[in-house]
Amino acid sequence: MKLLVTFSKGKGRKPIIAQAVRDTGVLIAVERAVIDSSAGEALIEVPDDQCRLVRDKMSSLGANVRILDHGILFNESECVDCGACISICPRDVFSFDATFRLIVADERCILCGKCVEACPHDALTMPA
Amino acid sequence: MRKSISEINQRIRDGNARVVTAEEMPGIVAELGEDAALKEVDVVTTGTFGAMCSSGAFLNFGHAEPPIRMERIWLNDVEAYGGLAAVDTYIGATQQSETRGEEYGGAHVLEDLVAGKAVELRASSRGTDCYPRRTIATELLLEHLNQAVMCNPRNAYQRYNAAINTTDRTLHTYMGMLLPNSGNISFSGAGILNPISNDPKLRLIGSGVPIFLCGAPGMVIGEGTQHSSAGGFGTLMVTGDLKQMSQDYLRAATMTGYGVTLYVGLGIPLPVIDKEVVRATAVRDEDINVDLIDYGIPSRNRPALRKVTYAELRSGMVTVNGEEIRTSSLSSFNRARKVAEALKDWVVAGKMELSLPTRKINPKHQVHPMHETVRGPRVADIMDKNIVTIGEREEIRTAALKLLKGSTNHLPVVNENSELVGIVTTFDISKAVANPGKAELVRDIMKKKVIVTTPEEPVDIAVRKLEQNNISALPVVDPERHVVAMLTAIDLGKLFGGRWLK
Ligand code: SF4
Ligand code: SF4
Repeated sequence: MKLLVTFSKGKGRKPIIAQAVRDTGVLIAVERAVIDSSAGEALIEVPDDQCRLVRDKMSSLGANVRILDHGILFNESECVDCGACISICPRDVFSFDATFRLIVADERCILCGKCVEACPHDALTMPA
Repeated sequence: MRKSISEINQRIRDGNARVVTAEEMPGIVAELGEDAALKEVDVVTTGTFGAMCSSGAFLNFGHAEPPIRMERIWLNDVEAYGGLAAVDTYIGATQQSETRGEEYGGAHVLEDLVAGKAVELRASSRGTDCYPRRTIATELLLEHLNQAVMCNPRNAYQRYNAAINTTDRTLHTYMGMLLPNSGNISFSGAGILNPISNDPKLRLIGSGVPIFLCGAPGMVIGEGTQHSSAGGFGTLMVTGDLKQMSQDYLRAATMTGYGVTLYVGLGIPLPVIDKEVVRATAVRDEDINVDLIDYGIPSRNRPALRKVTYAELRSGMVTVNGEEIRTSSLSSFNRARKVAEALKDWVVAGKMELSLPTRKINPKHQVHPMHETVRGPRVADIMDKNIVTIGEREEIRTAALKLLKGSTNHLPVVNENSELVGIVTTFDISKAVANPGKAELVRDIMKKKVIVTTPEEPVDIAVRKLEQNNISALPVVDPERHVVAMLTAIDLGKLFGGRWLK
C-alpha cells in the first residue's frame, strides 16, 4: 500500500522516515521524494498489514500521512489510445496491447503527475 | 490489365466488391503477386486519426427577429469569424475561449455540438437600417443550425517529422510534451494506413473524391494549405457535414502549454484500377521515413538527428547515438484502424461509391517559407555594447567595486583567453560578503552555467530565454564565446516607440 507523507523540516526535527523504520521495524520503500530546506513530500510503499502502524507512527512524529488507494485515475471514455502518455511516465504505467489499445498498470504509479499534463484528452487525473 | 472505376462501382452496387484496408494490402500483394492482387482487390481503404489543427466549420444560424448582421461572434466564449455577413460564421478549432484559456476552444465547441450539447451564441453588431438589432444571445443545438459544414484547410498530412528535445528543460509543443535531455520521442501519423502515403503521386486523391470525415461522408476539396508533396508532405483540404459526424472520430484536445486542437478521423477509399495502385498501396511502415527533429532549436530550420521509419517509431523504442529512447504517438493508430475498417464496411455495404478526381492535385508542389518584408528585431539592434567583464581569478571585492561603478547587476566572467566562463550577480556578491571567509575569488562564487544569446538571434527568442530561466540579463557572445555585449530587460524597452513597433 502506498502512503503519501508530507512534513515540514523545522530545526531539530528528526528524520521521520528513518525514525519510523527504527521504531516500527517495518521496511519502507521510498518511491519518490521531494525534499527541500523547509518541507518534504515522500511517496512510500509499505506492506498492507503494517500500513496503519506506519501511518500512526509518522503522524505522531508530526507528519501528515495519507493512504493512497489509487494510482492515477483513468477515464477510458475520454481516451483515444494515442499513447502520448507512454513515453512520459517514469514508471512504465502505460503500454499498448496487441491492438494498440492503452493498458494502464496503475499499481506502479507514483503519482508524479507528469502524464496528466501530457494527455491531450483529459483522460488522466490525479486522485483527490 | 486495368479496371475502370465504373466496373468497380458496379461491383460495389452488386455487393461483390473485394475491399481491404491498407494494412492488409502488403500481405495480399506479397502472397498473390501484383497481377493477381489487381484482379482480386477492388478497393483499399485508408485511415488516420490525429491532431489536425487546421480544422473548423462554417455555421449558419438563420435570421433572428428583429434581424441582426453579426459582426463579432462568440460560441461558448470562443470567438468565431464575423466577416461572412449576417448570420454565417466560421469557427476555427484552435481559437481559445476568452474565459477558460487553453482548456476550452473551437475544437471543444465542435465536439459539444456533435455530442448534442447546447452551445451559447453571443453576437454584436453596429445595427443597420435593414439589420437593426445590435446584440443577441441564445442557446443552440446542432439541429437548430441550417448548415454546419466542416471545412478543414489542412488535414491528412502525408507524414510528420518526429520530435526530440536535447535541451535540459521540458518543452511543451504541438508535438506534445518533450522531456529534457532526449528523454522521449514524440511522433504523429498513421504510416501504413495514411491516405497520401498509399497514393503518393496523387493519381487517385484529388478534388471531388469521396472520403470518411469524422464518421460522416465527405469529400476532398483539393490540395491542402502548406501542401508540399514534392518533399513527401502532401496535405488535403476536405469537407463534410458536421451534423452526421460522431464523437468517436472527432475529439477536442489540449496540448498543455501549446493550445487547443482537434483530433480528426479521416479515411479515403482508393480504387484499385491498375498495377501502379497495387504497388503504391503495398507500402509498409518500414518504407516510410521521417526526420527526427530537435525541437530544442527555436528556428524553422531545426536540424535532423537521424532518419526514422514509422516501423521503428511504432515499436516503442528508437536508438539515437547508441541510446534507446522511448517513443510516444500523438495520433491514435487504434482509431486510424477503426476509420479504415468503418470505411471498408461502408463500401462493402454499398453506402459509398468511388470516383476519380475531377481536378488533380499537383504531386510536385513545394511549399515556400513566408516572404518577410520587414525583418523582425535582432539582439544586435538593441543590445548594450558598454560591457564590463571580470576575470575568473580576480577577487570578489574587485567584482563588487565593478558592479558598484557600472549600472549593471550582472558581471560576465571571462578566462585568460577572454572567453565567457561564468556570470556573477549583485546577489552572488552580497551572499559572499554576508558569509565571509568561504570564498575569495570570483570563480568560487560564479554561476558556471550561463544562458547566452548572439547578435543575430531574434529578440523574441532571447526574450523567451529570459522568461523561461527567470533571469534579467543575457551575455551576447560571438562564435568564440567572447562577450560582445549584454542584453537586459532595460534594452527591451528600446523596442517600444522605436522602429520595430509602429
Ligand atoms: S502520475 Fe507519474 S507515475 Fe503515475 S502514471 Fe502518471 S506519469 Fe506515471
Ligand atoms: S495520452 Fe491520454 S488519450 Fe492518449 S493514450 Fe494516454 S490516456 Fe489515452
